[in-house]
Amino acid sequence: MSWQAYMAVGIGSGFGSMLRYGISLASLAALGGYLPWATLLVNVLGSGIIGWVAATASRFPSGKLAHWQPLLMAGFCGGFTTFSLFSLETLHLVQQGLPGLALLYVLISLPLWLLAAWLGERMALSRSPS
Amino acid sequence: MGHGIASMLLVALGGALGGISRYAVSNFMAQLLGKAFPWGTLIVNASGAFLAGGLLGYYGMPGAQPLWLFTIVGLLGGYTTVSSFSLQTIELWQGGQAMRAALNIAATLVLGLAMVILGWLLTKELQ
Repeated sequence: MSWQAYMAVGIGSGFGSMLRYGISLASLAALGGYLPWATLLVNVLGSGIIGWVAATASRFPSGKLAHWQPLLMAGFCGGFTTFSLFSLETLHLVQQGLPGLALLYVLISLPLWLLAAWLGERMALSRSPS
Repeated sequence: MGHGIASMLLVALGGALGGISRYAVSNFMAQLLGKAFPWGTLIVNASGAFLAGGLLGYYGMPGAQPLWLFTIVGLLGGYTTVSSFSLQTIELWQGGQAMRAALNIAATLVLGLAMVILGWLLTKELQ
């Protein structure tokens, strides 16, 4: 792997992480901290975007999007989504004496992540070739 | 809003370093064990959850301290990933590897949650 690819991943991931933090601040102000809505939102959105980018890039291998794949996928989507905060929040809900809510959080998150990636892929593939 | 911008930059710096580490680990694991199973993402997420649990046990849940923003929100947030997990899981499933897809889901959830608890317990004990 080239150092340029590592640079691109670093820049994309830094930007994605910053955007994730911004969304978490906005969500905390708007919805409160009862359920980790922000993490759920970024993980679903990021899964949808990566599915769309991956499918588009494999459809047009010499296109612009394929060229920016490391920046967009491993970089932006990777930094934007987070598994560590998801597991921390699940543990935190259990520690607050809310194991049912923790279980609900896991059971809602997982299918939504996968569905989003699948939908993103579908959207890219159903778009008529221009 | 000088403080807000400083927080954003701390998160961005941590996120950049975390993302580069994730890329390095997943490339290394793909070289070592091949690409038939997403080992890299699994190991990244399990180790990231372990470290996050450890930091939680050590710091508590402070929310907006600079060290927390850099390490948890930035570094470990950028290091771990859900998007690659989702993409790789549906790719396994679409490639006729439903068993491996299910295994990836189970391993990620069980290992991830076990690791965050383990990390938390370990640093709790050390204090």
